[in-house]
Amino acid sequence: MLAKRIIPCLDVKEGRNVRGVRFSADKDAGDPVELATRYDREGADELVFYDITASSDGRAIVMDLVREVSEKVFIPLTVGGGIRTYDDMREILKGGADKVSINSAAVTDPDIIRQGAESFGSQCIVAAIDALRRPVGNGEDPAWEIYVNGGRKATGLDAVDWVQELVDRGAGELVLNSIDADGTKDGYDLALNHTVAAVVDVPIVASGGCGSAEDIYQVLTEGRASAALAASIFHFEEYSIPQVKRYLKDRGVPVREYEHDGGEGDR
Amino acid sequence: MIAVIDYGMGNLRSVEKAFQFLGFDAVITDRPEQAEGATHLVLPGDAAFGDAMRNLVDRGWDDLILKGVEQGKPFLGICMGLQLMFDESEEGGKHRGLGMLPGRIVKFPATERVPQIGWNQIAIERSVEILDGVPEGSYFYFVHSYYVDAADADRVATTEYGQEYTSIAARDNALGVQFHPEKSQQIGLRLLRNFARLS
Repeated sequence: MLAKRIIPCLDVKEGRNVRGVRFSADKDAGDPVELATRYDREGADELVFYDITASSDGRAIVMDLVREVSEKVFIPLTVGGGIRTYDDMREILKGGADKVSINSAAVTDPDIIRQGAESFGSQCIVAAIDALRRPVGNGEDPAWEIYVNGGRKATGLDAVDWVQELVDRGAGELVLNSIDADGTKDGYDLALNHTVAAVVDVPIVASGGCGSAEDIYQVLTEGRASAALAASIFHFEEYSIPQVKRYLKDRGVPVREYEHDGGEGDR
Repeated sequence: MIAVIDYGMGNLRSVEKAFQFLGFDAVITDRPEQAEGATHLVLPGDAAFGDAMRNLVDRGWDDLILKGVEQGKPFLGICMGLQLMFDESEEGGKHRGLGMLPGRIVKFPATERVPQIGWNQIAIERSVEILDGVPEGSYFYFVHSYYVDAADADRVATTEYGQEYTSIAARDNALGVQFHPEKSQQIGLRLLRNFARLS
């Protein structure tokens, strides 16, 4: 049976991993290579590296990290943050990443998704969105607007319409980041996840708001997400990955339990 | 030398890195002449079937692969590499494959999320050397929208996604895996090491 995935997300700024709180990253959470290695040994299903500076210097730092991590960590690696052009995507995939995560650039130039999917395959093109709840009246269905530039700029795009366009253009997977929930640790935006899951066929990765194993359980069941991204609960060792997976397994969620048998990989 | 066949499709570096990490001599080869002296052939790939097959043929890889397999060289198709081993695919029209194994590549039913992305388990139907030390029910990392149901004689392991499909196929020295062993942590590395030790 296909397992639900647990994906630690490392927000990288000037070579250090930092925690995001409502899009203003502030607190130092340690060395990203060390963290990545720890998560690998703990049985993370994938890793995401996010360049929060979204600058060319930031990109170079993240690429050095991915190169180093990909020499010894054999799970899928995704890189996001400030990817704007076809050449950016190619550089990142050549450098050892398995997937690229495209966000703002898809709004500016939606064709970048198609170009990426046609050249590298949909499986390595992840479309990420930052969504903020719109005010709605009593009894109305919730709605979300797409924001770009790290959640600072409204686009007027409706999230449900936009995700369908992203998938039509070739995105193989969607990361749904809730601006409302991001950094609050009050739980994922469940409605955002199950609303999008109902209109697209590709896997959904939930992001933003994780504060506990219970939150992950909720978004993987009620939220219908295929995977959950989490940052600070792992970085600050509030939970270990095996702990979260055990919690999920005990409640009937299929997960890949993993025991590293020690030593250098499997030489 | 293990030749990792570069036909302009997909992330080959991770396959090369995995073999190198295990201490084997693996080289990405972008022309068939470079791979002629190889002891092992690996065909990775992620792109669409039609494009992948066209690129293989345009660059002359089909002859080298078929000749190598006939000579008894261990061959491993990974992901699209496995699919290319079969007769044909319905991905984006009808396309002929390498025809090493009978079978047709078809799309997953609409009842499941497509592509399948993530870790799924294998059920082993018969033991082959690349599965030494790989327990029944092991998880591997899969990313694909199309699958094959191989003939009984060629099927080594199956996986469940909507329905049962072939996740490992083999005929003599020609082996194919639908998942990515190079992205499947220790268990994937074990499979690659077993392959590299075949002679």
